[in-house]
Amino acid sequence: METAINPWWIIGGVLFAVLNTAAGLIWVERRMLALWQDRYGPNRAGPFGLLIVLADSIKMFFKEDWIPPFADRLVFVFAPAIVVATVLMSFTIIPVAPGVVVADFNIGLLLFLAFSSLGAYSIMLGGWASNNKYALLGAMRGAAQMITYEVFMGLSLMGVVLLSGSFNLTDIVLAQQDGWFIVPQFIGFFIFLVAGLAETHRLPFDIPESESELVAGFHTEYSGMKFGMFFIGEYMGVTLISALVTTLYFGGWLGPDFLPPIFWFLAKTFAFICLFILLRASLPRPRYDQLVEYGWKFLLPLALVNLLVTGAIRLMQ
Amino acid sequence: MNLAFNIAAVIAIVCTVMVVTRYNIMHALLYLVTSFMAVAVIFFTYGAPFIAALELIVYAGAIMVLMVFVIMMLNLGGGSAAQEKQWLSLRVWVFPAILSLILLGELIWLIYSEQYIGSEQIKVVDTKEVAVALYGPYVVAVELSAMLLMAGIVGAYHLGRQRKKIVHRFLERSNP
Repeated sequence: METAINPWWIIGGVLFAVLNTAAGLIWVERRMLALWQDRYGPNRAGPFGLLIVLADSIKMFFKEDWIPPFADRLVFVFAPAIVVATVLMSFTIIPVAPGVVVADFNIGLLLFLAFSSLGAYSIMLGGWASNNKYALLGAMRGAAQMITYEVFMGLSLMGVVLLSGSFNLTDIVLAQQDGWFIVPQFIGFFIFLVAGLAETHRLPFDIPESESELVAGFHTEYSGMKFGMFFIGEYMGVTLISALVTTLYFGGWLGPDFLPPIFWFLAKTFAFICLFILLRASLPRPRYDQLVEYGWKFLLPLALVNLLVTGAIRLMQ
Repeated sequence: MNLAFNIAAVIAIVCTVMVVTRYNIMHALLYLVTSFMAVAVIFFTYGAPFIAALELIVYAGAIMVLMVFVIMMLNLGGGSAAQEKQWLSLRVWVFPAILSLILLGELIWLIYSEQYIGSEQIKVVDTKEVAVALYGPYVVAVELSAMLLMAGIVGAYHLGRQRKKIVHRFLERSNP
């Protein structure tokens, strides 16, 4: 099973796939949203409007790259890089197919939690360094949201760790050969999905951004490719959470034998990306205190009960 | 004594010095986060990956986020930086700096001395061993810290408790 592939090929392949997926999601999201809202979406540039990705990228690169004179220059430039770097680092632990993983760590899942909590700095620092009241409000909401979801995100993952007995994602996938963890860990899956939505700041929980109240939230002052980094970071985050949900609860690369394992992984991940877009198309944004209350008063006790019951069942076996 | 340790150690020391000497509190906190990350790398190179991950999740992730959050709420701007500048005069920091330098020299000498290098052997401690130790011989300490945290939560809840106030002027009651 452990085929000797040159690790540089794996690193290059993962980087290539992730960056292109993130760019391609610009088109996928706009077309899907349009489909669900009964319109056409971008359909002029190239076949099916696919070249909109190219047009958007060119637009972003050629916009004026402006740093406001009142901003904290160093932190302002540094903040967008954090989100991209941390999300890309998180992709190192995800096993795409048997033996195809960048870093086979025995603390893989903890590493993901560490990078996701470091990724929150980009929003907070970006908002703070902009020296703008809307950006600061967005950043503070982002910080409060992050403190809320981090706790139950970690707890919801512990059910999977208990069942598989390992933090290593390859072991977790292999432990699902008799049945995917979605069946015994449905509550954990639900909590992780909500936490993942909050972590990527996607639409039901895009409270730091909430463009209807805060202009554009934490990235109000950003333009050009610096804004583009936040944008791409969000899409990469969606891809990351989808890949993690696939790996943790839906058996990763496992699937019927007539297709190669990597196909099953990619197909499941793509299905969850579509779920993220569907959620954006269908759900309204809750108020910021509602999310915090929902997190602490409902999801955290639920995650604790889930952990308790899973532990009890595991002990009895 | 490998290269990763040396680099991480230098980064940790430089960043910690920067934490003390920066006037802008947000920059100081950023250096502190970097310092925590360097310490995590040191833990990792010395066979404690679990502690390294916890260092990132708990210190760099959770606690520093809370600190940054509070500083954002207080909105400490240029005025506080000027005040800090005034307070951090040469007379204040020179004596503690000398003492710290002596300690740093001792530490470096200890780490690079012959007997330490000779007895060095890295044993990787995985998550399971940490858990077995925590819930075996050290279970009393775990329980005690849990009680302490519980007391903290109850105290915070008591401080933050307030009756829900109805803001609408027609619905507002005069007596709470």
